[in-house]
Amino acid sequence: MATVTLRINGANRSLEVDGDTPLLWALRDHLKLTGTKFGCGEAYCGACTVFVDGNPVRSCSLPVSQVGNGAITTIEGISGPEAAAVQQAWIARDVPQCGYCQSGQIMSAIALLKAIRKPTDRGIDLAMGGNLCRCATYVRIRAAIHDAARALGG
Amino acid sequence: MLRVPSVADMTLVRLLLSVFGLSACLVAAAFGQSPPSDAVARSVALFREAGKVLQHPRCLNCHPVGDRPTQNDTMRPHISRVVRGADGHGPPGLPCSACHHAANYDAAHVPGHTDWHLAPASMAWAGKSLGAICVQIKDPARNGGRDMAALLRHVSEDSLVGWAWSPGAGRTSAPGTQAEFGAVMRAWAESGAHCPPE
Ligand code: FES
Ligand code: FES
Repeated sequence: MATVTLRINGANRSLEVDGDTPLLWALRDHLKLTGTKFGCGEAYCGACTVFVDGNPVRSCSLPVSQVGNGAITTIEGISGPEAAAVQQAWIARDVPQCGYCQSGQIMSAIALLKAIRKPTDRGIDLAMGGNLCRCATYVRIRAAIHDAARALGG
Repeated sequence: MLRVPSVADMTLVRLLLSVFGLSACLVAAAFGQSPPSDAVARSVALFREAGKVLQHPRCLNCHPVGDRPTQNDTMRPHISRVVRGADGHGPPGLPCSACHHAANYDAAHVPGHTDWHLAPASMAWAGKSLGAICVQIKDPARNGGRDMAALLRHVSEDSLVGWAWSPGAGRTSAPGTQAEFGAVMRAWAESGAHCPPE
């Protein structure tokens, strides 16, 4: 065990964890930031996606010892025009079904819109291919990303 | 283990060549070609030894033909569905670094390296013959613009190449060591860098 300090959603948070602990466990179990979900634990499903220094990262495959000074943003801490556009589009399209995968989907959608202002269907499929949805909301997700892109002027 | 063929090995190679070589010479003479020399045979033998690394799944998985990498020793298509993107680091929004971080993480069974990425499409090896890979690996137009010295440095020193010998729990390592691989490739280069038939 060691004291690890993580920069999460703009604040420093210290916790006692083994360095080999997945960031996902640190977020959920130690810091009670449960918006980020556990799906597979092996980087297959995307449910645990957060940002580190603005880049999408599967928090289940990142041990806290490798986070360093990276600024972590979870679904609880997202902000900015892409986040607002995605939130609006998700509500308008009523995207979630059970909702379990959706925080990961939203994080990946924001990452995509930061990378490409006007993604094509194929661009969306390639970027979102790492986020699984058991309820198969894929068609609504794609439509909502197009809506969000339009709202952002893409 | 990879080995640079020793003098004893080469004596054996010569012995075998003397047994099989006579008929090969006769055939070659009949077609007006010069018979393969011991030196050429040794060079080809060295590349075949290097081929045990080049054609190992640890290498081929990220030297795919097509856009999608493969995984594990069966070389199944990569899960999640990912593609190389413009620079081999994944498409916008889903970079390799989303899942593959700075080092292997055995708890999640995810391999890692600071510059995890696919080899360029020009360096696709999967499914190709060793002879085809040999011609390709020598060709600066298809090997990232490397002359032989740069190629030898790359295979001997590049840490992403070196990952193949420390791939993390649950993955078979490429045979030998990176240093041995580098030595075999160097010996091959010094022997004239001859290729097996394509
Ligand atoms: S829980 Fe991390 S990718 Fe599935
Ligand atoms: S909405 Fe149910 S798993 Fe995606």
